[in-house]
Amino acid sequence: MSARDRDGDAVRLHVVTGKGGTGKTTVAASLALALAAGGRTVLLVEVEGRQGIARLFGTRPLPYEERAIAAAPEGGRVCALAVDAESALLEYLEMFYGMRRAGQVLTRFGAVDFATTIAPGMRDVLLTGKATEAVRRREGDRRRGGRDAGGRSHVYDAVVVDAPPTGRIAQFLNVNAEVAGLARVGPIRNHADKVMATLRSTRTAVHFVTVLEEMPAQETLDGIGEIRAAGLNVGSLIINMVRPPFFAEPVLREVAGGSFDTGALVRGVKAAGLEDAEETARTLAQEVAEHAQRVAGESGIRARLDGLDRPRLELPLLSRGVGPEELDDLAERLREQGV
Amino acid sequence: MSEQEPGGRARGTAAPDFDVDALLSDGDTRIVVCCGSGGVGKTTTAAALGVRAAELGRHAVVITVDPARRLAQSMGLRELDNSPRPVELSATLGAEGPGSLHAMMLDMKRTFDEIVEAHADPERARQILANPFYQSLSSSFSGTQEYMAMEKLGQLRQSGDWDLIVVDTPPSRSALDFLDAPERLGRFLDSRLIRILGAPPATGAFKVLGAGVGMVTGVIAKIVGAQVLKDVQSFVSAFDAVFGGFQERADRTYRLLQARGTGFVVVAAPEDDALREAEFFIERLREDRMPLAGIVLNRVHRTAVRGLPEQTAATAAAELEIAGEHDLAAAALRLHAERARVQHREQWLMGRLAAAHPGVPSAEVPARPEDVHDLAGLAGIGRALGRG
Repeated sequence: MSARDRDGDAVRLHVVTGKGGTGKTTVAASLALALAAGGRTVLLVEVEGRQGIARLFGTRPLPYEERAIAAAPEGGRVCALAVDAESALLEYLEMFYGMRRAGQVLTRFGAVDFATTIAPGMRDVLLTGKATEAVRRREGDRRRGGRDAGGRSHVYDAVVVDAPPTGRIAQFLNVNAEVAGLARVGPIRNHADKVMATLRSTRTAVHFVTVLEEMPAQETLDGIGEIRAAGLNVGSLIINMVRPPFFAEPVLREVAGGSFDTGALVRGVKAAGLEDAEETARTLAQEVAEHAQRVAGESGIRARLDGLDRPRLELPLLSRGVGPEELDDLAERLREQGV
Repeated sequence: MSEQEPGGRARGTAAPDFDVDALLSDGDTRIVVCCGSGGVGKTTTAAALGVRAAELGRHAVVITVDPARRLAQSMGLRELDNSPRPVELSATLGAEGPGSLHAMMLDMKRTFDEIVEAHADPERARQILANPFYQSLSSSFSGTQEYMAMEKLGQLRQSGDWDLIVVDTPPSRSALDFLDAPERLGRFLDSRLIRILGAPPATGAFKVLGAGVGMVTGVIAKIVGAQVLKDVQSFVSAFDAVFGGFQERADRTYRLLQARGTGFVVVAAPEDDALREAEFFIERLREDRMPLAGIVLNRVHRTAVRGLPEQTAATAAAELEIAGEHDLAAAALRLHAERARVQHREQWLMGRLAAAHPGVPSAEVPARPEDVHDLAGLAGIGRALGRG
């Protein structure tokens, strides 16, 4: 969320990706809440059928329907939608071709199953198509995605997509390339072109969530390269689950270097009145040494991420887990950092 | 994740120990399938099981799908490849043991091409391989990777060159795609739709199937365009003549997974989402009558200090901070309090899984301060799993 992102008019589609286990769903939800502050309406979209959003907000599984899921400060509102390819296809047929019955026949002949699970690229076009349609939709649109709606205001101020993981994100978003091998001309191709136009525009930013570990960081760097190569815009880098440092840097360096004043630790543990001070201090020292090793690894990874010329946001590790309250806290942290 | 853990690990919910060594050294174990959600260390676990199996004297092969680069390099894999490569273990495991390890990174397109080449005459194979629809199908991720992983498993099993095959399942959209994909692809290729698309318009098939058919092809042509429909049709007629019973092939792979000698290992980390996903897996494997060998829990945090609960440590730290002395000890106690809290939460989450699925054995791998990306690290995890 660079200066341009922050003015709110430029970026309207926020695609959030990250390696599995980095907390991308949590970040996407917090981002939606942060963007909704100040009376705005934000749509949070799930595309992988995991019902992660419902779990996070503690609600029942989301249907293929946009519904309010949380309130943000000053009258803001977050709606959520779980997109599945089959419903998106049937909706697409009805909307653009007025073919409800055709959809039923296609389902019966296994064509929908084919289009949504087998046909390469089709599924991703349908999922991204739904998200970009929500971005373009304006108040009073009857046929969504239809004619130019003129000056009417957008239904959603922003759309946040909890996207597939980093390893698949470029393929997921680069629908044109996927469909190109299949359909060089025709309506699907036209649809893909339209989706791609929105995805490639400055209205769309792809945000990468990572933690300070080797593999997620490497995947982030690779993923950013792929997104850029596909002509898409990289948004922010969000470092998630950041642990507090606990110690001053010189202390950690000392510990990592193997010189550590265990005597001071023993005296401190004694002063605190804890039992078995010697043994407690010895094992505490072990924990501190592991921590120092970890922090050293983390700074190495930070240094590599520093090479990226993208805005960086940080979110803390929540060792008690994440529920609706924690999401509000994380959203607040994002706002403090300029979202 | 709205629920917060109450105090303590639920009573009587300790899972039985997963004896990984027993599984790997049992000569009857021929296939181990590692499954789990993304980011839990599935590939690392598969590789570590392979190294451990070799250490225990097995001739093992690990099939990985899309591994992290450094992990692949640690096993000497440089690129997608379709034949298993030997992994040099003697330097890592010390003496020259009786076992061996091979590894491969699945190249799904080449695997698909090879099936075509093996089953079609050269002219037909050429037609299929050149077909744009086939090219998309064979290089897309929509189930093809899962199908090809299972196909490769079947091939390696049939070759008889290895006495243990460890499979790392693809990072699927839905964690269970690898169970469904073969069947789905088989169902599609044998489906009514394909028969319709494959049949030239003037034949009897159309008359029999009735009026819906013209509509189906008409709609498809309208949506995807006539060219795509033509590509699909020519692909189908070439493919169908060659394969006939694709479904049968898929069924065979599926039965191989259910057979004696196969063991599924569900890989998870002690985090809410990963454990829920693991539960989902366990239930699905049970429904499909797939043999579950056990759960591997990666990155489990344990405090080094015994008998110092979070609250005690936090209080002690606060006292020292107020006194303004012993900064080092205060910070160390704060660190410990945080670690105790993490451990407590993890134990509670793992207890929840054990309570929901009593009797499912589990093994823990301790969290390490740094990632594992060399053979020594993999051997270390293998030993930790097998308590060797």
